[in-house]
Amino acid sequence: MEISVMLAKLAGGMAVSIQIFVLTLVFSLPLGLVVAFGRMSKNGILRAIVKTYISIMRGTPLMLQLMVVYFGPHYLLGIKVGSSYRIWATMIGFVINYAAYFAEIYRSGIQSMPVGQYEAAQLLGYSKIQTFFRIILPQVIKRILPSVTNEVITLVKDTSLAFTIGVGEMFTTAKALASSQVSMIPFVAAGLFYYIFNLVVAVAMDQTEKKLSYYQ
Amino acid sequence: MNLLEMNRVKKSFGGLEVIHDISLQVGEGEIVSIIGPSGSGKSTLLRCATMLETMDSGELVYLGEQAAWNDKNGRTVYGDSQTLKKIRQNYGLVFQNFNLFPHFSVLKNIMDAPLTVQKRNKAEVRETAMELLRKMGLEDKADAYPCQLSGGQQQRVAIARALALNPKILFFDEPTSALDPELTGEVLKVIKSLADLHIAMVIVTHEMAFARDISDRVIFMADGVIVEEGTPEEVFASSNERTQSFLGRYGEMLK
Ligand SMILES: Nc1ncnc2c1ncn2[C@@H]1O[C@H](COP(=O)(O)OP(=O)(O)OP(=O)(O)O)[C@@H](O)[C@H]1O
Ligand SMILES: [Mg+2]
Repeated sequence: MEISVMLAKLAGGMAVSIQIFVLTLVFSLPLGLVVAFGRMSKNGILRAIVKTYISIMRGTPLMLQLMVVYFGPHYLLGIKVGSSYRIWATMIGFVINYAAYFAEIYRSGIQSMPVGQYEAAQLLGYSKIQTFFRIILPQVIKRILPSVTNEVITLVKDTSLAFTIGVGEMFTTAKALASSQVSMIPFVAAGLFYYIFNLVVAVAMDQTEKKLSYYQ
Repeated sequence: MNLLEMNRVKKSFGGLEVIHDISLQVGEGEIVSIIGPSGSGKSTLLRCATMLETMDSGELVYLGEQAAWNDKNGRTVYGDSQTLKKIRQNYGLVFQNFNLFPHFSVLKNIMDAPLTVQKRNKAEVRETAMELLRKMGLEDKADAYPCQLSGGQQQRVAIARALALNPKILFFDEPTSALDPELTGEVLKVIKSLADLHIAMVIVTHEMAFARDISDRVIFMADGVIVEEGTPEEVFASSNERTQSFLGRYGEMLK
């Protein structure tokens, strides 16, 4: 097989990895906020449920969670799933896992806000929703950005876990090519890809942090 | 009609009553200072008046409209959120530690609530905000962020922010006690200059000379009760033992 063909296949895997990365962030960041609200809810039952969910997500390997999401419908419920379910299972697994991590980050950020900000907003007549979205959340985002950056960088590497349920992302493709072509090139290419991907993410997050450094 | 009426207010924290049956009225344009030793309940009283704290018993009335009243067991019940929202528009509060919004510029700190809460016209609000900044001597700081200002400047922004909503009554909880001594003067001067806006002011302060000069009425609180109230002349020349022993430290300075 020519190198160009090999690279084309790797590029396909790369696209899948990037897709997992982007979609996970797009869905887990907002979902994490919702989960954080559940975790801080006044309703004790809801709080306990959400707490359990978060502790399971953080206390078991993502690899295992992906398998449960993928095989669960068949083994537990006897539902036949097509092969297109692979990518769905991947997305569901990643999103519910990362939402749990982001929820804890949001929660720590929200709880670190001084009560004076809420009181000032209340005195000025802001509604609860206006207070949260105009006054609190923007400051929380600045505070939690370093922790979010850590998670996002972990996510770049975690996308390779999709290989456990046979999704043809970067790592799966590289591994298959390396053994069929008896070549190290796919592994080198994969390594470079993850490295550069992380670099880009780090630079982007750094830029965001700089952009938010206009105050305190 | 009184702007504010608080009738027979009681408030406890964890079983310990810190406000015992206090009543307070504030008339249109009146300037009232509240003085008293630390822990006497001055902040708690202001926080009850501004609904940051809920009263256990007692009534709260703004411009004849009831925000809170007693049920038949003498426990306070509050009005519905729509009523309270409307009533809140009557007053503002200037905090000891400013509580400006750090992510907003000075101008946005002042303009944001009139725009998003009162839905006023942007050009008009900007004009008002710039006018207030001029009054505060801060027109060159409109685009600065709170962290770039001194404490005294931040407090003046906080005053402008409260004034931008056109309150009828403005509460101050020790507006200068978080400031370095050399910055207190500028804030007190600004507060004095508000007297001709005919906004009623209720000021908790440890600045006795200031309280004496600015107030129509001085209230001396101790241990959760109003010990004495009257004109500055009356209170500062009081023969009441507790008042005297509290003012004793300041007496020399005031003569
Ligand atoms: N949130 C609270 N929880 C428990 N106790 C409180 C709370 N707020 C105030 N207290 C207590 O209530 C009493 C009155 O406090 P308050 O802050 O109203 O006094 P103050 O007159 O404003 O004092 P200072 O001059 O020091 O500001 C104090 O004994 C204080 O410890
Ligand atoms: Mg106080």
